[in-house]
Amino acid sequence: MSRAPRRGVLPGFGLSTGFTVLYLSLVVLVPLSTLAVKSSALTWAQAWAIVASPRAIASYKLTFGASAAAAGVNVVFGVLVAWVLARYRFPGRSLVDALVDLPFALPTAVSGIALTAVYSRTGWIGRHLEPLGIQAAFSWLGVAIALTFIGLPFVIRTVQPVLEDLDRELEEAAAVLGAGRWETFRRVLFPAVLPAAITGFALSFARALGEYGSVVFISGNMPMKTEIAPLLIMTRLEQYDYAGAAAISVVLLGASFVLLLAINRLQAWTRARTGATA
Amino acid sequence: MSDASAGPADAIAPVPERAPVSARARARPRPRRVDEDPPLVRWGLTLLALGFLSAFVLVPCAAVVVEALRDGVRLWWTALVDPDALAAIRLTVLVAAIAVPLNALFGLAAAWSITRFRYRGKSALVSLIDLPFGVSPVISGMVTVLLFGAQGWFGPWLVERGWKVVFAVPGIVLATVFVTFPFVARELIPFMESQGLEEEEAAHVLGASGWQLFMKVTLPNVKWSLLYGVILCNARAMGEFGAVSVVSGHIRGLTNTLPLHVEILYNEYAFRAAFAVASLLFLLALVTLVAKKTLEWRQHHARHAARRSVTP
Amino acid sequence: MSIAVRGLHKSFDGHPVLRDVSLDVPDGELVALLGPSGCGKTTLLRIVAGLEVPDAGEVLHRGEDVSSVSARDRNVGVVFQHYALFRHMTVAENVGFALRVRKRPRREVDARVDELLALVQLDGLRNRYPTQLSGGQRQRVALARALATSPRILLLDEPFGALDARVRQELRRWLRRLHDELHVTSVFVTHDQEEAFEVADRVVLMNQGRIEQVGTPAQVFEEPASPFVIRFLGAVNVFQGHVEGGRAIVNELEFKAPGATDRSRAHVFVRPHELEIHRAPVPGSFRARVERLVPLGGAVRIDLSAPGYGGGTVEVEVDLRRSEALALAPGDAVHLSPRRVRVFPAAADDSLTASGL
Repeated sequence: MSRAPRRGVLPGFGLSTGFTVLYLSLVVLVPLSTLAVKSSALTWAQAWAIVASPRAIASYKLTFGASAAAAGVNVVFGVLVAWVLARYRFPGRSLVDALVDLPFALPTAVSGIALTAVYSRTGWIGRHLEPLGIQAAFSWLGVAIALTFIGLPFVIRTVQPVLEDLDRELEEAAAVLGAGRWETFRRVLFPAVLPAAITGFALSFARALGEYGSVVFISGNMPMKTEIAPLLIMTRLEQYDYAGAAAISVVLLGASFVLLLAINRLQAWTRARTGATA
Repeated sequence: MSDASAGPADAIAPVPERAPVSARARARPRPRRVDEDPPLVRWGLTLLALGFLSAFVLVPCAAVVVEALRDGVRLWWTALVDPDALAAIRLTVLVAAIAVPLNALFGLAAAWSITRFRYRGKSALVSLIDLPFGVSPVISGMVTVLLFGAQGWFGPWLVERGWKVVFAVPGIVLATVFVTFPFVARELIPFMESQGLEEEEAAHVLGASGWQLFMKVTLPNVKWSLLYGVILCNARAMGEFGAVSVVSGHIRGLTNTLPLHVEILYNEYAFRAAFAVASLLFLLALVTLVAKKTLEWRQHHARHAARRSVTP
Repeated sequence: MSIAVRGLHKSFDGHPVLRDVSLDVPDGELVALLGPSGCGKTTLLRIVAGLEVPDAGEVLHRGEDVSSVSARDRNVGVVFQHYALFRHMTVAENVGFALRVRKRPRREVDARVDELLALVQLDGLRNRYPTQLSGGQRQRVALARALATSPRILLLDEPFGALDARVRQELRRWLRRLHDELHVTSVFVTHDQEEAFEVADRVVLMNQGRIEQVGTPAQVFEEPASPFVIRFLGAVNVFQGHVEGGRAIVNELEFKAPGATDRSRAHVFVRPHELEIHRAPVPGSFRARVERLVPLGGAVRIDLSAPGYGGGTVEVEVDLRRSEALALAPGDAVHLSPRRVRVFPAAADDSLTASGL
């Protein structure tokens, strides 16, 4: 007597799972393995020379530094915006709420040229910064600004639901016990929001690490100064140095994966701690 | 508000929020709730938040529109109907038309497999699906080249047959598929998970075949989530820049999508034209956002109704 | 159509849910699977339906092995716990679903749907959507839907669990009447003893993946086969004792204990309504003190303390008349004599100290 699989009785298991695994292999596993294979074409010494060249190191510093700075700005202002959106009512609120999703929906090339136009020396905001001695476009600041734009929705959209779901009774209890608004925020609300904020930071950071389109216009792409890691990869490719490009990609991917793992752990920790889904 | 057991003095005067009573009580008769912030704080924070959003989102968006139309609508239109621009539009739409349905199919298959069956290795599959979010688009593009370029794994095989993948349209499609494939799956999986499989089990016991079950029961239930995922996937597919840039070859009129065309125009200092084309993509983003909001509203409604229907 | 299962085993994630379960349900009978949550009753039902596949054992419908037949082809009617109505279809579309997927002609489907809706007394609601119906109405739609193809077996998973008390009562009576009319072999799952007793011809008591006893409601209540059965069906006092000379000894009382091994431990079970209260000592009684009187409508529950019996607390139930005649008050000293007991040897890991459950 044949036993049907114990996985469940609904039809379509073979078809759906088979297709899913096939697709994933073709689209994820095989492509990523080529990276490993290609970079293994280099000897350790060669790989090290490329991956640790001054130019590469400069690009890592810029990419990681600017991404971290951008994520930091996003955390601070993201919590602020989430607070304002979740708590306050004002005319045009829903419009502003929709605005938050824009960086997510806008093609990166468009945001790239738009940000450059705004922050260049003659740009709408850039022209006011120039007299202050701040050069936004074509500097690492421009890179950070672009990365802030890109990561903006991540913190806000992670923190906002947590704020909205917070029980008003917590604040009422704190008030009745004698805490003022600032105290309540500091001792009660902020700790509740902190896990979500950290997750948002990590998501924003991860997104910024790999960003290309919005940055290449505003950065000026000067090697050793404003060249981000993805651009370095691109340059290598244009010179047909596939192995070198692959090597640098491995470094970048490694960092992103570590970050993704951290995000997963954070989310699990958040869930365990608060019993809520972040 | 005044306690019945309080003394006579308290019974007469209203309980003040903070002394002195007279002026403040008259100016602000309604006492503030304990979880409300003082108006100064509220307005201050709101302005700060709006300022931040303006500097980073509103102003750049306004810039796109203004720069596009700066020299008048006629020039804007000319830039759009330029043959190379039209070719870019056609290519962008073609790529999306192939990548999005493929990824929607994948999303449905993956969600069906993951949420309707029990087996080991499910969480590995889910992690694999989340992978592109940690990969830079440039790397995705490069990987396409590594696989299908002349020196790639499949390179010689393709060259033999005269099939051009990299630096041609198929390569662009592939790279776009690589980058956008999780979007539909990531919408469907949590949704179908939370829905549960009772309706499908009921249909199965009532005698429906797999296909009937899927068409009559599953699809109608997931249609809004599916649409939502498709819209996000489409927005990303049409707007993809980094991955396509690597694979494309940048041949005007042939292998340029809209975002690449924007780049070319910009690098040639044809700023007006670049912003004109960019404004088209901006419009796409706005349409995407509107659709997204509408669907969210619908989903919220549907979930509310579902919750009401399942509980007694 | 009769149902039989033989030697069923089923585990989920290494955790055994059914252990060597065998059961016979003759044609036309209405049987209740009764037990605490986690006892395996729903899994057993789903295996009979074909929604789960057992690790070992077989399922027979009318003597034929259907273990490898898919749920779709078994022509079994299933009513799910949360109804599982297709929320995008009207009542009529839901009820007619089974016929539509078998490509029956439209006129036949409509006629049958009308017939079924009349049967469940929901005519006039055919164009409503599930969200527009009350819980009781939805349940009846689910039933009508399950009966569309005139299945020979009807399976119901906690059909009334999600409804409030009054609706539940009505639907129970209604289901019993329906069964008497249609005579479809039916199995339903419940954790509510009252429901099982009211609706079913026979009751199957399950615990931790095993069948403890099968019998009519009267049989399982009066002649429980195991400590689990007697504890599950209603409140009960448990006295600890030991066996000597073929008799179970609890402090100063002795009870017949046929077949028990000497010097082993035994539990003596006495139902609250089988303990009599006397003001004066009688042979075979023990002393107790009234602690609390709880009015229960037509009866009165009396909580007493009695050192050495049931861990110190004993529960007695008397009818209102007897209670008034006794005129008890907290603090009174009384004597309790068991009218009827059941003795079971204590299992090695049994640790009963409280009375009842």
